Amino acid sequence: MSAQDTVRHGEQLHLIRLRVNGIGHDVEVPARRLLSDALRHDLGLTGTHVGCEHGVCGACTVLMDGKPVRACLIFAVSAVDAEITTVEGLTEPDGSLSPVQQAFSECHGLQCGFCTPGFLTTITAGLNENPCPTHEEAREMIAGNLCRCTGYQNIVKSVERAAEITQAKEAESA
Amino acid sequence: MTTKLMGQGIQRVEDQRFLRGKGRYVDDVHADPATLHAAVLRSPHAHARIVDIDVADVLEIEGVHLVWTYEDLGPLSAPMGEPLPLLIPHPDLTQGRTQYALAKDEVNHVGEAVAFVVAEDRYLAEDAVGRIKVTWEVLPPVVGVEAARAADRLVHEDVPGNIGARSEQKTGDVEAAMAKAPHRLELDLDIERSACTPLEGRGTVARWDPDVNRLQVWSSTQTSTGVRAAIAVKLGLDLGQVDVITPDVGGGFGVKVVHPWPEELLVPLAARALNRVVKYTEDRREHFISSSHERGQIQHIEVGFDDDGRLLALDVMFWHDHGAYTPYGLIVPIITSTQLLGPYKPEVYRVVYESLYTNTVIVTPYRGAGRPQGCFAMERTMDAIAEYLGKDRTEVRAVNFIQPDEFPYDQGLIFQDGRELEYDSGDYPASLEKIKELIGWDEFPAFRAEMAAQGRTVGIGLACYVEGTGVGPYEGAHINIETTGKVKVATGLTTQGQGHATVFAQLVADELGVKFEDVEVVTGDTRRMPYAVGTFASRAAVMSGSAIHLAAKRTKEKVLKIAAEALEADEADLEIVDGVVSVKGSPGASMDLATISVLSNPLRYAFDEASKAATQFSVGDPGKPPVAEDDEPGLEGKDFYSPERATYASGMHAVIVETDPDTAEITILKYAVVHDCGHLINPMIVEGQIHGGVAQGVGGALFERMAYDESGQLLNASFMDFLMPFVTEIPDGIAIDHLETPSPLNPLGIKGAGEAGVIPGSAVFASAIEDAERIPITAMPISPSELFTLRALHAETPTTQERPA
Ligand code: FES
Ligand code: FES
Repeated sequence: MSAQDTVRHGEQLHLIRLRVNGIGHDVEVPARRLLSDALRHDLGLTGTHVGCEHGVCGACTVLMDGKPVRACLIFAVSAVDAEITTVEGLTEPDGSLSPVQQAFSECHGLQCGFCTPGFLTTITAGLNENPCPTHEEAREMIAGNLCRCTGYQNIVKSVERAAEITQAKEAESA
Repeated sequence: MTTKLMGQGIQRVEDQRFLRGKGRYVDDVHADPATLHAAVLRSPHAHARIVDIDVADVLEIEGVHLVWTYEDLGPLSAPMGEPLPLLIPHPDLTQGRTQYALAKDEVNHVGEAVAFVVAEDRYLAEDAVGRIKVTWEVLPPVVGVEAARAADRLVHEDVPGNIGARSEQKTGDVEAAMAKAPHRLELDLDIERSACTPLEGRGTVARWDPDVNRLQVWSSTQTSTGVRAAIAVKLGLDLGQVDVITPDVGGGFGVKVVHPWPEELLVPLAARALNRVVKYTEDRREHFISSSHERGQIQHIEVGFDDDGRLLALDVMFWHDHGAYTPYGLIVPIITSTQLLGPYKPEVYRVVYESLYTNTVIVTPYRGAGRPQGCFAMERTMDAIAEYLGKDRTEVRAVNFIQPDEFPYDQGLIFQDGRELEYDSGDYPASLEKIKELIGWDEFPAFRAEMAAQGRTVGIGLACYVEGTGVGPYEGAHINIETTGKVKVATGLTTQGQGHATVFAQLVADELGVKFEDVEVVTGDTRRMPYAVGTFASRAAVMSGSAIHLAAKRTKEKVLKIAAEALEADEADLEIVDGVVSVKGSPGASMDLATISVLSNPLRYAFDEASKAATQFSVGDPGKPPVAEDDEPGLEGKDFYSPERATYASGMHAVIVETDPDTAEITILKYAVVHDCGHLINPMIVEGQIHGGVAQGVGGALFERMAYDESGQLLNASFMDFLMPFVTEIPDGIAIDHLETPSPLNPLGIKGAGEAGVIPGSAVFASAIEDAERIPITAMPISPSELFTLRALHAETPTTQERPA
């Protein structure tokens, strides 16, 4: 227990600093507070969604040091050393849509939009690792996320389109 | 812009918000530390009496603000002591039962709400729930249709035989017709429970404002106006004191049309009692055990037919499992019993069903709403007839089709809306041609032979359906042209991802002659449109779409009237293009909508340069009142659309599957859909609806079931165990073709498209698996292990002839 730690409702709080989308936030949380809840309710970053709270649906996926993780399976206190990216942090520095976001918009890759943040973060990380996926790889890239609305057809298209947009952008800036 | 937007695949406007993480779902509202959170104690037993509830310790817990059991509710508001409403009463539902907001004396399914806690956060609220001590007297439960029919135990002591309703409809003397038929067959079918399971569960937030005596409620619902009325009645408020706002909704598929859920009443009641914002967000397990399911039925079919396979007599009896209570009436079995007929016209039809109580979660419409079961019954029958007569399955269907020149076609039954089941339009033979082409029906034997040569087993299946869409009673729309020229559109039904903000804006832009970008659509906010029904039964485009179209026409009339006066021109000579009204042929004489909006409101005060132009010294005839007797200020238009009866979309699906000879794994090789929803507003969105529906159909056919054990525990109440399809389970590519037979019932010629994708799921897969395996498939869903077992059984006692070489 560090000097700053306090107790609330009989529960010990930990003062932690979370780095999210390049900004540092100080929050006091109990050890059991999920990262998903800390992001949504303590920081007001409600873009990260919770669909199951047991690690299956992928709606809560955020990037920790660039790698996709389920925010509902991580305690906020274990995220202190990481650089976290949520859906709110995916847009380009000028505020325009990232290639993955752009592709979703063009390909009708979302309906209710609830699963979308998890897909966007997952695909962003996936394309970083594999910028030119084959059709099969594009399907595999999203195989850990549930969507109840789209039947995935247009999400697969979005992955392929995002790869195209990224490549075109890179060619432009080269 | 003069190109018509109707029919174009316009990109969705709402996506900008969702893609940036700026969607506002209910749990995102009041996401701040001052908000209190609720949790619910739920019954661990399927059937039990509550002997005692001890909440003594709970209020002692730091951070807990309130704990309620049934006893606490009546004193706060008398109607809260009564059972929840039975929303859709029907004369056949002689034994309707609904639950209490918190269980009184008895619980009838695992998950029924028993006590309600509000605390500083959800964690603390759950801790507190864990401290409530209930003394139970456990009763034997009734689980599944067979147990309900056997009725050696009762769900509700005062409901004999567990029968909530027994219903019958017929179009003639079925016994006589059956006796005369040259051929007869009987089928026994079984279809499992599944559920909507939207990714966002239910949720409610409420804020009581004591300064104005008003309640503001956000709910993840498919019917804001319904929730509003329910809250007003139960909390003893006037409708005018309650606002319900439905922000973004993370999927509904039917489950969110049920209301009021206990939490939709308890949260506002607590907000008023505590004078704090209170929020309840359902978790996934709660969604499985305390919202609703659908599909579970057992069916018995007798059919008489001639040598061509023509239906001479169709006699159907089915048993519908409606769970522990009947808040949504008989909608699901009524739809099964009537929509079962699909595109066919049996000479005589009789259907009888019993809707039965079981100690399981309630059953209410899930996308398709009773139709997947009806389609399963009818299409299994068609396949059985074809098998019996040795005919091609498409031929047997074709001889039974209602022909294009027979519309409107009255099936002689009463539909779920209490109206005659009269099909408005369609062209089933044309659909059949298209689906055969799309799936490659005629080439399939060659493909099968080719596969067989490689040691692979494949099968092809087909299923047809007709879907009553766009049911009444009505929807409305309000359009307001702001003094900026922007157009605000409000319709009262809700949105769960169907792209309403886009398609409705397309309609308004077309009719009003404004830029698409200048139109903003609001749904599900009772402050903006208090008269509405809701989004379900594929009715949004038909109902609100038509209402919006009509309201836009009215608004346009007003625009033209004011512009004609201001431009000193004849209304008939005016046109609106890109938000500018001008005299046709003389572009100089024009005026934009912003100016006309300013002029529509005679002002005493000037706020800016624009409003200066509308003050009493600058406009109007001093000899007349500033607002004429038959007029009102503002550039607004409102209208309602209320159809005589539903409109009937239709379609056909076909699938080619491969079954693994060793593991019995079922792989989808090709999936095709032909779909007729009349004129398309936005084909991209319609296809998205079909994709999503097909995925849910695949889930229902191959994976999803509610695994209840004998004691009524749901064993698979998590996404780990309830298998919903991931991308890996879904066909890679769905071939879609459209047919457009416009509906004569509405001004746009449209029919609903929301549920089509899911309806034939079980039927089409059963057909294809049976074709591949040569074993009768009578129960769905079917897993590889079930298919494996069927193979073994069949090897012992074959029931179908081998396919002729
Ligand atoms: S909410 Fe975290 S995986 Fe579903
Ligand atoms: S868009 Fe609704 S869950 Fe994916």
